[in-house]
Amino acid sequence: MSDHDISLTVNGRRMTGRAEARTTLVDFLRDHLGLTGTHVGCEHGVCGACSVIMDGRPIRSCLVYAVMADGAEIRTVEGLEGADGSLSPLQDAFWETHAMQCGYCTPGMLIAATALLERNPDPSEEEIRDAIGGNLCRCTGYVQIVEAVQIAAKSMREAE
Amino acid sequence: MKAAAFDYVRAASIEEVCRLLAEAGDEERKIIAGGQTLVPLMAMRMARPAMLIDINHIDALKGIRREGESLVIGACTRQADVLASAEVRAAVPLLSEALSNVGHEQTRNRGTVGGSLANADPTAEIGLTTMTLGGEVSAIGAGGERRIAAAELFEGAMVTTLGADELLTAVHLPIWSAPRTGHGFHEVGIRHGDFAIAAAAVQLTLDASGTCVRIHIGVGGASPCPLRLTEIEGALTGKALDDATVEAATAAIPDLLDPQSDLHAGAEQRRRTALAMVRRSIRTARDRAAQNA
Repeated sequence: MSDHDISLTVNGRRMTGRAEARTTLVDFLRDHLGLTGTHVGCEHGVCGACSVIMDGRPIRSCLVYAVMADGAEIRTVEGLEGADGSLSPLQDAFWETHAMQCGYCTPGMLIAATALLERNPDPSEEEIRDAIGGNLCRCTGYVQIVEAVQIAAKSMREAE
Repeated sequence: MKAAAFDYVRAASIEEVCRLLAEAGDEERKIIAGGQTLVPLMAMRMARPAMLIDINHIDALKGIRREGESLVIGACTRQADVLASAEVRAAVPLLSEALSNVGHEQTRNRGTVGGSLANADPTAEIGLTTMTLGGEVSAIGAGGERRIAAAELFEGAMVTTLGADELLTAVHLPIWSAPRTGHGFHEVGIRHGDFAIAAAAVQLTLDASGTCVRIHIGVGGASPCPLRLTEIEGALTGKALDDATVEAATAAIPDLLDPQSDLHAGAEQRRRTALAMVRRSIRTARDRAAQNA
């Protein structure tokens, strides 16, 4: 059963490792590269906790084998903060509205909402709910999450 | 929830895929594109292929083009790209509307049109659309290239007539260019984007007086395979599609279905939901057709 050298650009840094073909991208990020910010929940593409941005698009990293991502550019929740370590406007808004309770879904929610705001700086509530529709929050804190995305969108537009 | 071990090959060409499949012998080799159906099946060990052949880097399997009166979509074209395509929206709007019900943004960004067809999930919207429109897929294997009509492709839940040595390369969807053509697609699921409890797809053409001259009706999620309801189509052709006529002609639909019960919905609920979705889709298609004069 084949082992593979895998090279990824993660949050702008080139990172390499070696893994079995069956290693999922989320396990590779967490266990091989030590990037444990991305959470792993259901492991079969239902919960969205493992969402990362691959080549510019949000995907579920439990549904991609790491070897399939060889050569790809990945952004994870660790890459959202500013160069000085400050929170992104979206992370800051999550703080402000307390858009998390247990925090398990938070990295996936942040990734899904970051991807949304990058292509649509002024989303409607329906568009926000659609963008996070593939991410489950079992504390059911969706109201504060939607509110956080709205606040972030506003503050990012005003900063333009 | 970890897949059994397997070998992985990133294929560079269609020829390489065909060679790897032809040389499989007794070993199970599976093609992987987006992996949005296969990877969960492998995680649950419901599938344990010995080798995965990755077709994501074969450009010849990607893209959307018009060929005469058909829209041709390469098997490895991402669902998100098809959903975003203005060309698809203009030529086969039923597919665009169906795709907005396919999974979530994160799965559409990886999932492909061909992967959905080849996996043949009974609730899949792309298979339902292809079946409803009377589309075809093309496939290539050791025996050469062939076209398979949607009606011949789906054999059962998650089972197709594709050979173990065959690669599905594209889907061909007929373009209905007649004036007063409209489409409708409605679905019920637990969340928007989840597996359908039942879904319906309808495309129809009216004449200048409002009489239905052509109608295709399909149901998904309520039988092992997507189903074309040709008897109901026959009963509505030549009629004005007022609500009472639609109601009467569709009343037999629950008896034509063969739904499963699972934790999301019982068989009886699926029958009733499918009927409601068909009626709603016919009304949507009729009203749109009337505006497309």
